[in-house]
This record gives sequence, structure tokens and C-alpha cells, in this order.
Amino acid sequence: MTRTSAPADPHPHAPAAWEELVTAALLGTERRTPPGGTPGREAPVALLDAAAVETVRRRAGLRPARAARRPDPAPEDPRPALPAAAARRLTMLLADRPGTGGGGRRGTAPDLMELLPQWLAAANDRGFAAPPETLPALLDAARGRTDLRPAALAFAGPRAVWLARLNPDWRFALRATPGGGTALPHLEDADRVRQLWQEGLFAERVALLAAIRAREPAAARELLGTTWATERAEDRLMFLDSLRTGLGPRDEPFLEQALADRSRNVRATAAELLSALPESALAARMAVRAGACVAVDHTRDTPTISVEAPHECDASMERDGVVPKAPAGRGERSWWFGQLVEAAPLGTWSGRLGGRTPEEIVALPVADDWQSELHAAWCRAAVRQRDAEWARALLGSPSAPEAGGPGAVSLAERAKLLGRLGAADRADWVAGFIATHGLSEAFQLLGVCAVPWAGPLGRAVVDALNIARDAGSYPWSFSGVMGLAERCLAPSEASRLDGLLAVPDEPEDASPGAGGYWAEAFQRLVTTLRFRATMTDELGMAEGLGMA
Amino acid sequence: MTQQGVRWSADQVLALAPDTASRKAGNKLGAAGPWSEAGSSDEGTVWGLCKGSGSKPYQTVVDIADVSGPAYKCSCPSRKFPCKHALGLLLLWAGGDGAVPPGQPPGWAEEWIAGRRKRAEEKRTAGAAGPGAGSGDPEAARRRSERRAERVTAGATELEQRLADLLRGGLAGAEQAGYGLWEETAARMVDAQAPGLAARVRELGAIPASGAGWPVRLLEECALLHLLDQGWLRRERLPDALADTVRSRIGLPASADGPPVRDRWLVLAQYDTADTKLTTRRIWLYGTESDRTALLLSYGAAGRAPELTLPVGLVLDAEVSAYPGAGQLRASLAEQFAAPTPSPIRPPGVTTTEAAARYGDALRLDPWLDSLPVTLDHVVPTPDGDSWQLADADTDTALPLTPAARARPGLWRLVALSGGAPVRVFGECGHHGFTPLTAWPAGTGEAVQLC
Repeated sequence: MTRTSAPADPHPHAPAAWEELVTAALLGTERRTPPGGTPGREAPVALLDAAAVETVRRRAGLRPARAARRPDPAPEDPRPALPAAAARRLTMLLADRPGTGGGGRRGTAPDLMELLPQWLAAANDRGFAAPPETLPALLDAARGRTDLRPAALAFAGPRAVWLARLNPDWRFALRATPGGGTALPHLEDADRVRQLWQEGLFAERVALLAAIRAREPAAARELLGTTWATERAEDRLMFLDSLRTGLGPRDEPFLEQALADRSRNVRATAAELLSALPESALAARMAVRAGACVAVDHTRDTPTISVEAPHECDASMERDGVVPKAPAGRGERSWWFGQLVEAAPLGTWSGRLGGRTPEEIVALPVADDWQSELHAAWCRAAVRQRDAEWARALLGSPSAPEAGGPGAVSLAERAKLLGRLGAADRADWVAGFIATHGLSEAFQLLGVCAVPWAGPLGRAVVDALNIARDAGSYPWSFSGVMGLAERCLAPSEASRLDGLLAVPDEPEDASPGAGGYWAEAFQRLVTTLRFRATMTDELGMAEGLGMA
Repeated sequence: MTQQGVRWSADQVLALAPDTASRKAGNKLGAAGPWSEAGSSDEGTVWGLCKGSGSKPYQTVVDIADVSGPAYKCSCPSRKFPCKHALGLLLLWAGGDGAVPPGQPPGWAEEWIAGRRKRAEEKRTAGAAGPGAGSGDPEAARRRSERRAERVTAGATELEQRLADLLRGGLAGAEQAGYGLWEETAARMVDAQAPGLAARVRELGAIPASGAGWPVRLLEECALLHLLDQGWLRRERLPDALADTVRSRIGLPASADGPPVRDRWLVLAQYDTADTKLTTRRIWLYGTESDRTALLLSYGAAGRAPELTLPVGLVLDAEVSAYPGAGQLRASLAEQFAAPTPSPIRPPGVTTTEAAARYGDALRLDPWLDSLPVTLDHVVPTPDGDSWQLADADTDTALPLTPAARARPGLWRLVALSGGAPVRVFGECGHHGFTPLTAWPAGTGEAVQLC
């Protein structure tokens, strides 16, 4: 507020009089006689009298200040408001901040913060708008946990970006939003698109290219072509990478030309993209090269695959993206061989190897210890070429004894292969795996299964937990799987767990007190499942649907 | 007294928590898992059994219809009040997903409720028997208050002398003297049984270190302290109401003996301030029919939440009695006629210019007033350099926020709620600026707490 006196000021010299009083008070009445002065009062008392009158007068005369420039209004958020119950739930989830409390995984109450990602995904799925007053807490939560950011910022919507511009603590929201918070132009607006593409910041251009690529792949490629020759090498790499979305045969000429790029990284990425197109000329060249190395040897008792790795990496192989220098500890020839097989279209192997199906091919013995090299390369090819049939063949039977141990295919590769199967196949395979091998190796595989877990998979996990409990170990050896189950098990499975909530009689060889801890862990699991069911209901979704 | 269907919000329940740890713990218990046999009655009782670490579940019961805010009883050993079980139970009830169905309280809950109701009834009958009853000998009470007045007079006289000495030597010297000088004087005022003077003296000690312009602020506060001393020393010559104001500012005890005003009181804001010894809770009420604003104060020992709790956005059908003194808004809650219920009512608002004028007017009744409760309508939170202000949407005037309000997280809730559009804001308006406490979005929407 400003200390402006009212227009009809009865004391026109008031500001000056107050200044005099302050000066006299600061120096002391012994050194400076205050103005006015009441007869019969000591100087300091008279000064205080006058100052009291002035103070109350000044305060009573306070008037509002001049308004500063008002902020531009936040953009409209057209999404519908959250249902009241869901808004309350969000408040609860956001109030449960990590940091305080005992930590660990003890107790029967659900871990609310862990449910926030699911809640956000469900709310985003339904397209609800965030209540404005929750935005500061949402932004704070996203600030602390980068994994939450995409979903939290999507839910927080345009007003959060508006808010982040006013508070430096939330600057990350501007970086994370395409174009630093400035809206992308309408993609139909060709002039503005071209202008942004030619004059925009790097992040804005990447966002623009990605947005166009998602809607009209050819238009994005053409836009990129207009400036390709003048882009810097690291920018070319990033732009090329955005062609991964909607990759198709029509991209081939552009990619083929990029194989001659000045930058090695750009060449390698172009080659990788081309090898994911089984019809491309590069894929055909790779098929010829890889085919020359692999053959079925019929001279043995059983048909066996024999491998003859390439003897050199010539200029044309290098041009097609083969990296000539092997990493330390690997033989050059097997290194080249792996790259050729990985880039060769899987569809050509059947013809090359006597019309066999992928299952039959994978089942063939491989001579001279080449099996792991060959199968690993096929795994990479199946992942890159999104080939479900080959992925299925390479995964093999989940109940096979070698599936449990570190065989030719590592757990990480298996998780990637699983990603190429349909959701139902994936769940069935992991369920079969758990039924045979238990939970100790299952964590990574469970991570790639669709949420909520399909019925057979959920039952397999619950059975395995039950077996682990009966084996007498402590539940925290399974805390990873337990935590996943809390988040991923279908809420409708809660009733199946009722029998596990009681504290069982302790077998002789059990760890002391384990039964009680298991009961507690199962109680938390059930509580969390019920909590999730309520949470989903509040968002107006059928139980157990759409929480991927 | 019907409670069914009208449930509190999670925010309102969480506002009852005595500290952050309880808030967090209660939050976790607000799910159906550990609870069994929970229920609620039309009379405003909520009960349930909560499975803890032991074999026997805890019995938790809450009476939300009590005059002085919810009352709790739980068989757990926690000394927190309310404990996490009571909070969890209320959250479950507030969630309204059928986990706390209406019903008849079980024996153990019924017993506790009946006991409470009986004691309250006895207290009411005893109160009605006559205000003088039980307060001892009136003659002795008069002598006690005379003795206290003499000590306050001695204290005020001494303080006048110290202020005069200070002004004679100059305020510049106060900068070097530091806190010690003021602490000692404040202790003298405590001895003189004038806690209001003691608190003001202690605040003087902080001013020289408060940054640019401190001599002006120090002179202002010294002058107002001098004014209070003078008011006390000449209280016989003051109008009665102003004399009461002086007594209240000096810190003499008073009782809320104003006529009871029955109204539908809307809870506008509740916030705590704490020093090393005491937690003070302020609750602002707005009388929706009388258009009056009243302040309820409640105290707790350091680290404990004061007992009276009224969540923002509820309306109480209750009688409120004012404390004496001109321009004094403090009141006490007397009889409550029904359990508090949530309400969409909002207080009417004024412009920034009117708000400033109201503060000026209020100084006529109480020149020591630092701020006045005001609702601003149609204002936009606006950044102003490093600071913020609430700007009228339609004129070019604005009230700056107080430095304390700028540092609170509530500022960002207010800014987010507004999104650059006009909102309605309740807060305290005074010579330091405006402190927002509660806000309502344009159109419809629940009150959002900012403190």
C-alpha cells in the first residue's frame, strides 16, 4: 500500500513533519529538538505523543497501490473436471510424500505414493483436467521424481506450464513441454510450420518434427529433407531418430542416401533403420551376406547348422553400417557375423535353411560353439524387426529346464523378446515360467507384462508367493515381486487372497515369525488392491480396465 | 441433527491432524483394509475397529457433533491427539464409499458417547445455575483485580520512563543495544502481569535487524506502545468500550460476556502460529445472516495442537459471544445446535480500495490494530517484481501481499487457482499488506485453504 494522503488533506505538511519526527527520534531529543513540542511535556514524551498521532494518521490514510501488469490468463483447459471423490483421492495421494516415516516395506497400509503413477495414467486415460489448486503439489511431486514427469505434466495440463513460468522451481516443466511451453502451430498452417522449422530452437524443431511424423510420416520426411544438407551432425542424428515413428518402405530412398552421410553415427542409425525394413535394398544385401555364412550341413547324422564367419569387413559392408572394429575381448569375425545376422531379414532364413519354420530352425543344433552367437543375433533381429513368430520360437517353452537358467538367451533379452509378443501370449509365457521356475528370476519378466495382469498370470504369481511362504522364508526376500503385485495384480483377484491373510501355524524349519510377516504383507496386498479398485471406480472406469 | 449424506472432505479431515507425521500416518489408514465393524450414526458418531500390530484391534470412536470440534477416543497407546486411527477412520468416513455404513453404535462406543453427553449436560445445567456460582468470593476477586491493576500501572510507568530515555538518547543507540535491552524490559512487564506490553516490547527488539527503514518502524511501534501506556494510565477518562480495548491490548483476562449471537457461522480460515512455549490457533468465522466476522482463539502447549478444530468450508448453527472492547472481533463459541455441515456459501467481497478504507475506519476503534479480516472480490494475483499483489480486475489499484505471505506455499495454490482470472480471497488486511488465507474460484467451486 502507498502512504498517500487523501486528496482533502487537513495536514498539507504531514510528510515533512513525520520526517522531522523520525530524524529527531533517531538522533535523540538531547541533540535535536523535535518540531511542535507541547508545553508542559518533556521533549521525549512530546515526541512520542506526536509520533503516535502521526502513526495512526498515516496508517488510517493508507491507500491501495497501483496495480502492476496483470499476468496473461492461463490457456483454457477444455477437459472435464475430476469427479469430487477422485479429486479427494488425488489430495490423499499427493499428501503421502516420501521422506518421513519409517520407510521399508513393513505394515499393512498401502504405499500411496507408489499408486500415484497408476492414478495419473488412469486420469489421463479418461482425459480429466487437474483441479487447479493441486497443481503446485503435482509440480513439486514431478520435480522430485523424474519418472513421474510425463504423466504428471500431461495431467497438470496447460495451466501448469503457465504456472511454471512464474516460479523458477518448476522450470523443468517448461523444458519437458514441447517447445518450451509455446504451443505448436496448427499442423495445417504450412507457413507457420515452415517458419518454426527454419527459425525455431532445437527442442521446438524436434517437437514439431515428432508431431508431424506422428500424423503424416511422409510430410515429416519431406520437411526434414528441405534443410537436411545444412543441419549439424548431432542434429541430423536426432532428427533421423525421430523417423523411427511410423517407419515404412517409403522412407527407404531418404535413408539409403543417409548411408553416405559424413557422420558415422548418422550412417549407423540409417543402416539400423533400413535393416528394420525387410523389403529394403540394404536388408537384401545383408541377407545375401548373412546367408553366405550359414548353411545346413547334411553330411552329419542329424541336420546341423554350420557357420562360416566373414573373413573381412569390406567397404560396402562398412557403408551398410557394419562396425569394423570389435570391442575388446571379442573376435573380429564373430563380431562382424553377429552384425550381419542381426540386420538380415528373418523372413529369408526359411528359404535359406530348407523351408523350415522358425521353431524348427531354432531347434537345429549348431556346430562348433556358434549357437550362442547365432541365437543372440536372431534375438536382436526379432526385437528390431518386431517379429512375433521368431520371438516366440527363440523364447522356447517357458517350462523348459534351460529357460530357468542363463542359457543362450539372457533374462534381459528374453524380456525384450516378450515385448514383441501380444499381451495375452506374453502373460501366458511368464505365467508358465513362474509355475516352473518360481519367482526368483521373474521380476524383470513381470515388468514387461501388461497391467493389470491377466488372470492366469496373476494366479501364477499368487500361487508362487504362497509356495514361497510355505517354504518358510521371510517375505522381504520377495519384496520386489510383492511391490509389483500391489501395483499390477487385477483388483478382482483380491478375493482369492482371503485365505492368506491369517497368520499360519509355523512349520518347524521356518524362519521365526515369518508367518506373521507374510500375513501382514498379504494384508497390504489386499488393502492396496481394494484401494486401487476404489480409485478406479472414482475415475468412472470399470474395475481392472485400462491402467497400463 | 442429521449427519447422513453430509460428509467432510479429506482436506477437512486432514486439517485435524496435530502434525505432519500424524497426517501421513492417518492418510495410510484411510483405506478399508485394516478396518472392521465401522459405522456412523445420525447423531454424528463414527466408530470402527482398526487392526494394529497387536492381536486385539484398537477401538476408535469420534464424535463430530461436539460443540468444541470433534472429540476422539481410541484404545491405542498413542499420545497424539487425535491419533492416526481417529484420522484414518474419519478419512474412511469422508471417502463415502460404503466402508462406514450408517448404523447403531456398538456397546463400547455407545458408552463413551453417553458419558460425554451426560457430562456436557451437567456442565450446561451448572452454567445455567448462575454465572457467579463457583467463582468464589466476589470481594476477594475485586481485591485481586485491584492489586493486579496496581502492578500493571507500575509496569506501564516504568515502561514510559524507558521509552523516554530511549528517545532522549536516540533510536540510533538501539541498534547497538540489541535484543538484551528489550528482553530485560519484557521480563519486567511479565513481572508486572502485563503480557500484552511484554509481547510488544519483545517485538521492538527485532525491528532494528529488520532491514531498511527500521527507524521509521521502530518509532511507530514505540509511539503506539506509548499510546497504550497512556491509555492505561488514563483509562478512567476513556469511553468504556475503548477502556476495554486498552485492557485487552494490555493482556488482562476478560470473559466473553457479550450477548450470544445465534447464526449460521461459516468457517473461513484456521491457522496456527507457534512460539517456543505456545501454539495459538486462530479460526475466522463469518456470520452468514448477521454479516459479522468473529475470531476464535485456542491455545495448545508447544508441540501439541490446540483442541478446537473447525475445518474450513463448514457451517455451524451456533451461538457466539463477543469479548469486550471496541473493535475487538474475538469471540467464544457457546452453544452449538447441530453438527457442522459443508456449505457452498461464500462471504461477500469488496474492492481493494474499500478494504484499505475499512482498515482505516477500524483504527478509530482500536489504534493498535495491525490488520482486519476482509474478503476481496474480483481480484487477480499479480507478480510485481520480486513481490506479489492482489489487483482489482476492473480498476488499477492493488493490495501488496505481506512479506510472510509471499514465502508461503499457499501463494502458489492461490496463483494456480486464479490462472490469471479474478478470484475471491479472504484474508487479513493491514499496514503490512494483505495476507491471503482462503480463496474461491470464479463461478462455483469449493473454498481452497491457503494457510
